[in-house]
Formats: sequence, C-alpha cells, structure tokens
Amino acid sequence: MTEYLLILISAVLVNNFVLVQFLGLCPFMGVSNKVETAMGMSLATTFVLTLSSVLAYLTWAYILVPFELQYLRTISFILVIAVAVQFTEMFVKKASPLLYRVLGVFLPLITSNCAVLGVALLNVRQTDATFMSSLTYGLGAALGFSLVLILFAAMRERIAVADVPEAFRGPSIGLITAGLMSLAFMGFSGLIKL
Amino acid sequence: MTTVLIAIAALLGLAALFGALLGYASEKFKVEGDPIVEQIDALLPQTQCGQCGHPGCRPYAEAIAEGEEHNLCPPGGETTVEALSELLGREVLPLDNEGAEDASVERVAYIREDECIGCTKCIQACPVDAIVGAAKQMHTVIADECTGCDLCVEPCPVDCIDMIERPVTLATWTWDRPAGIGRRPEQRIEVVNL
Repeated sequence: MTEYLLILISAVLVNNFVLVQFLGLCPFMGVSNKVETAMGMSLATTFVLTLSSVLAYLTWAYILVPFELQYLRTISFILVIAVAVQFTEMFVKKASPLLYRVLGVFLPLITSNCAVLGVALLNVRQTDATFMSSLTYGLGAALGFSLVLILFAAMRERIAVADVPEAFRGPSIGLITAGLMSLAFMGFSGLIKL
Repeated sequence: MTTVLIAIAALLGLAALFGALLGYASEKFKVEGDPIVEQIDALLPQTQCGQCGHPGCRPYAEAIAEGEEHNLCPPGGETTVEALSELLGREVLPLDNEGAEDASVERVAYIREDECIGCTKCIQACPVDAIVGAAKQMHTVIADECTGCDLCVEPCPVDCIDMIERPVTLATWTWDRPAGIGRRPEQRIEVVNL
C-alpha cells in the first residue's frame, strides 16, 4: 500500500509530468485560458491516461514480452493510446455533448499528448512494473497533470485582467508563469527518493 | 524470418482487436440528433422575431450549433449572450443588433393612437402578442409585454409606431455602473449590477 502511495505522490508532485519532466506542454498552454475548460480537459486526460497506462501495461506484459517484441513498444503503445482516445471521444460525445463541444479539438489531441506516451513508456521501463503499479502511475501522472493545469488556468484567468506590460501580454506572460510554477515544483524534489 | 512474421502477426492481432472494440463502441454509443441544439433553444427567448436573420429561435439555435455567432439576439439581450457563452464555452461577445441606437437602453413600441387606422398589420408582426386591437379599431401596445424588437414598425402603413425609451421608474432605476477597474478601456471588467 505504501508503495502505491509513494508512486502516486511521486507522479503528482515530485516528478510532475508537466512542470518537472516537461511533457504535455501543448494542452498545458492551449486549454488553460478558462478554468472550466481546463477542468474538462483534466477529466478527459485523467480518464485516457489511466486507461491507456493500464492497456499499455497489458499489451506489454501479455503480448510484447512473451513474443520478445519489446522493440515494438512505441508503435503498439501509440496504437493503444489512439484507441483509448477514440473510445473516450465516443463515450464523452454520448455522455456529455456539452463537454464534447467545450473540449473540441483538444480531445482528439490527447492522442498526441506526449505525456500519455511518456507514462506508458516510462512505466514499462521499470522492471518490476505490475498491473496495480501501472494503474497507480497512470492515475498519479493524470492527477499531477490535472492539478497543474487547473492551477495554471486559475492563474491565467487573473493574469488576463492584470496590468501586464504590453510586451508580455498573452502567451509570453503565460510561459513566464509556467516557468515560475516549474521552479516552485522543484521544491518537492527532495520529498521522495524512488 | 519467423521473428518478423510473429511481429507482424502480433501487431495485426492487436489492431484487429482494437478495431473490433471501436466498431462495437461506435454502435453502442451512437448519438441521435444533436442535443446541444435543444439546450441552446431553451436559452433563446422564443420571441421568434427573426432579427438574427433566421426564421425563428429554433433555426437560430441550429445555426449556433453549426458555428454561427451567438450574439445576434436583441430580444434576449446581454443575459442571453452570457448564458450562451456559458453553455458553449465561447467568449462573451458584445450584443450585435446591427446599428440599433444603444443596446443598453431598453426600448418599447408606442402607437400614436389618433393616427392608427386599425389595419392589424402590426398585430400580425408582433412575435410576443404585445399589441391589442381589432380590425378598424385603434391598436395599442402592452408595454410590459413588449420586447422592443421593432418588428411592428416596418409593417405599419401610416408609420404611427415609435420606438421610445422605456421610462425609468422607481422599480427599474439603478445606479450607474462603475467605470470598472484598470485604466485602459480594454482592461475594464463588466460589473454586474445586482
């Protein structure tokens, strides 16, 4: 149990995918203009990340390793992720047309969110990966992504009405803010040694 | 040679499996109609006035769902634009009512009763049945029902209908809105008058 908790905290705070490993920066900048959109994106990404992390592990453990096809991991994981995203898209379209409309192009773009592939690849690189540890790792990465995305969106909503100097308006101040957040997250780096 | 064949077979098997899954999901989660249109239609004022350039509220709702601007509804006013922006996750746009003098001033139709010939044309034009009268009898406007849509002005053969500003009464008077924070006009925040 402690092990899973450690994996979770490590993925959310210490090795945060966006601010520490710099993966998934495209949706981080792209969908962070409004908190509500950010929340929708976080939900969709959480779902896809967890699902694809588990599916990627199953593919790895039951197809790639027994047939000694480890070198095919990237292409098979991309296949797995694309399917997970397609499935999520169909599900969201049915379950919440509103969320579907709000997410718009970013839902299919989760496919190319490198954090998703990153989680799958980093996960199987650990030799002792199990079903539960991949689930926790995927969930932790997704929670970390959501946390950072929503925090960042909340900040950008305020920055939008702040008196920012002309030259720094828009994305530039956004990137500066992201950099400062990244610095702040470095403070967690000594918390856990895995 | 066998290795290559195994690799190809494994990837093909994976792809076929996922293809089947997606095929099943697309049948299972099939969306009938577009539920977003219903939601948009529910927010429109149902005056069927046609000032948006569509024959009624429902066609306009369909057009919004197709991507048309959501600020073309003068009877709904700013409230409808805000509600639609909320629903669709789009930016709040200023109300566009094509050169009507001042959108913030509420207007109401007024019939100069001694000039009215009782043609009933304005009654037929009124989308909210706010004009009472009969053929060859004088007509008048029920000011409380009038949405200020100006549709009755055009059909009147003797031009006896004026759009007048709705007089301020004790019940409708409010303080002027504050200038908003921020020094530049583009930084002003719309303050909601409660």
